[in-house]
Amino acid sequence: MTAPVLELRGIAGGYGEADILHGVSLTVAGGEIVVVIGPNGAGKSTAIKAVFGLLRISAGQILLGGEEITGLSTEKLITLGVSYVPQTGNVFPTLSVEENLELGAYIRNDDWRPRAREIYEMFPPLADRREQAAGTLSGGERQMVAIGRALMLEPRILLLDEPTAGLSPAYQHDILMIAKDINSSGVPILMVEQNARQALEIADRGYILVDGQNRLDDDASVLLSSPDVAKMFLGG
Amino acid sequence: MAEFVNFYLIPGLVLGSIYALGAIGVSMLFSILRFAHFAHGDMMTLAAYLALPVVVGLGLHPLAGAVAAAVMTSAVALGIDKIAYQPVRARPTIVAVMISLGVALMLRSVIQIGFGVKIESYSAGQIVPPLRFDWFVILEKHIWIIASTLVLMLAVHLLLSRTRAGKAMRAMSDSAELAQLTGIPTERVVRLTWIVGASLAAIAGVFAAWDTYLQTMMGWFLLLPIFAATILGGIGRPYGAMMGGLIIGLAEELSTYPWITDDPLVSPGYKTGIAFAIMVVLLIFRPHGLFGGRVF
Amino acid sequence: MSPDQIYGLFLYGISLLTMGGIYALMTLGLNMHWGLTGILNIGIAGFFAVGAYTSAILAAAPHPGHWGGFGLPAVLTFPAAMVASAVVAYGIAGICIRLRSDYLAIASIGIAEILRLVVKNAKEVTNGTLGISNLPRPFEWIPGAGGQLAFLGLVIVLVLGVYWLAERARTSPWGRTMRAIRDNEDAARALGKDVDAFRTRAFVTGAAFMGLAGAMTAHYIKFIGPEATEPLQTTFLVWVMLIVGGSGSNRGAILGAVLMWTVWSASEIVAGYLPAELAARAAFVRVFLIGLVLVVVLQRFEGGILGPKRGET
Repeated sequence: MTAPVLELRGIAGGYGEADILHGVSLTVAGGEIVVVIGPNGAGKSTAIKAVFGLLRISAGQILLGGEEITGLSTEKLITLGVSYVPQTGNVFPTLSVEENLELGAYIRNDDWRPRAREIYEMFPPLADRREQAAGTLSGGERQMVAIGRALMLEPRILLLDEPTAGLSPAYQHDILMIAKDINSSGVPILMVEQNARQALEIADRGYILVDGQNRLDDDASVLLSSPDVAKMFLGG
Repeated sequence: MAEFVNFYLIPGLVLGSIYALGAIGVSMLFSILRFAHFAHGDMMTLAAYLALPVVVGLGLHPLAGAVAAAVMTSAVALGIDKIAYQPVRARPTIVAVMISLGVALMLRSVIQIGFGVKIESYSAGQIVPPLRFDWFVILEKHIWIIASTLVLMLAVHLLLSRTRAGKAMRAMSDSAELAQLTGIPTERVVRLTWIVGASLAAIAGVFAAWDTYLQTMMGWFLLLPIFAATILGGIGRPYGAMMGGLIIGLAEELSTYPWITDDPLVSPGYKTGIAFAIMVVLLIFRPHGLFGGRVF
Repeated sequence: MSPDQIYGLFLYGISLLTMGGIYALMTLGLNMHWGLTGILNIGIAGFFAVGAYTSAILAAAPHPGHWGGFGLPAVLTFPAAMVASAVVAYGIAGICIRLRSDYLAIASIGIAEILRLVVKNAKEVTNGTLGISNLPRPFEWIPGAGGQLAFLGLVIVLVLGVYWLAERARTSPWGRTMRAIRDNEDAARALGKDVDAFRTRAFVTGAAFMGLAGAMTAHYIKFIGPEATEPLQTTFLVWVMLIVGGSGSNRGAILGAVLMWTVWSASEIVAGYLPAELAARAAFVRVFLIGLVLVVVLQRFEGGILGPKRGET
């Protein structure tokens, strides 16, 4: 059996002195979309930031393809194939769409243009707006630029922090469909979402975090059909 | 007409070029490192003095002196960044602002100790007749200064719009945090910013000395109009800084033209106050600058 | 030591404490701006000059070169100096108190420069570069060292008074609000605090102290000229004093002023013993040291001697 793409083993940690996570474990296997849900303040986004080296980790291990990456710097993690799309401020607003993509490939030494063409095929609305400043785009289009930029490095895993936050319902749906498409093209995704129900619908598996700890995890379809989960975490 | 062009417009453009070159660096540093670099003027003074042995000692052209000064000043700026600013990068930027004031004092006193305080010149005793084209009279050095500034502006434009490093600089000025999450080596971008900013400041310092003379307080007096130009152009907008520099330079020179009566509109003693006055008016009405920069 | 030398030393000690005390007025003012409120004022020299010239013009004897002839006593001119600086500060606050600290720093330095130009160029008012001389010094009618001692007494009383005011301001609810604003302006705004009004009040009060210091200096040395508005000895020295003493602490502000003035003044004496060639350079070495102290203390000793350390308020 091959090692999962990403594995968190009992991660504890936080930003300052106090820990926010108190033992979070999860795995993402090749080809999966895994969604982390839970109430506000449960540490969902914190968990994803832990993977990307943005957290002080006090206990536990993180493995990428079976290799330990706990405590590595963000810079190093990017070269290892981890890409992260933050929830807000995730585009360079005064740079054009194309420049945003180009910079996503900053650490690539080869020609970035073929990859940008693939991104434009994935996100047709962006193809018409190459020269437009990213800050002038709509929220949904900005999210596409952000995800496109993260994909420029052809990552081994894509981390999405609440990709539908602040978007109109139509765009929320579009972005989740895009995540599904990206996943179908072979990129495993670990995603944090407030729109738990919609996110579980496209996901393979889900984890529920409460107070910085695992509460429950199962196949997305099982979580969706559980009345208890629906009542407590999916808003009825 | 002839008097206006020869004695007001051309000097205004020369001064504006010097301000613009300084302001580009201040604007870049402000937008990438997020602090107002108060040692910029004294870095210009240092460059002017570093070029002195090249121009007077070796007898080379002041432009060669400017290039040499740019190289040396960049090295100094990188050293200062490492010793003075890098250790406080994670602290509130205001600490860096104040440290830059300390650095300004240190730079100035080092120049005063090393070169003395008497006024120096690149061309002591030489009198170069101006070039005449009918009524139009211009000093050759003024042609060089204005032309070189235009070339440098074009170079900055190409750097920022065509090269990956330049785009990374713009990206960092948009969001240093996102730049880091994207894998852009931010410390390397910071070093590049220092090299560009210090080189332009060095060339501006040599130009200022070439235009008039060297004096250890020259950079401090250049600093405030340069800040005014930076704010006028909108912080973080190098193109705005270029325009801002030219506008402030022209405004200072043209303010002493006898526009209404036979006397200068503004007494020459207050000439340097024009930049501050423009700046204060801007801060009240257009803190984003004329061209819509950001207020950090 | 001969009695003359001891007497000389005694007088030197008095002048040291007098100037140290006057600087303490400025550091207390700056602490109100920076330590308490987070206003980055690099235009101290401007407020100093406004106070100094206001008091000088009101007190000076008639003179063809500048305004004067009012012959008012210090008991009126010192408060007038404070009012003048406060009024100027109020005007400046209206323009730039809402700006981020960097902009405020640039604006404050720009305004100080404009004031410097005015002082230099408005010759009919200020006598230009010649300055205003023969200013009366309070208590100078007392013979011997008594006059100087009495003036020192006045300085001490004023420093204690300003300290008491500043301390009361710091520990009052107003002071707590100020610190809240300094530490998190947005949060304070969100709580409905009129941040600009609070900052304006602190700015005006601190500027009044600086104006008072300007007036005291002018009358103590019996002269005021445009050199006094050069930023080095006023603005930067005052900053170093506050940073060393401990920004945020009023006692630190006083300690820093007296300590650094002693060092500054002693280094001048040391330089005096050097050969002429070296002595000229020593002046620049002192400037270098001001810069160095500023950098080192800011980098490594954040709280200065008495200031709050990181994380404290």
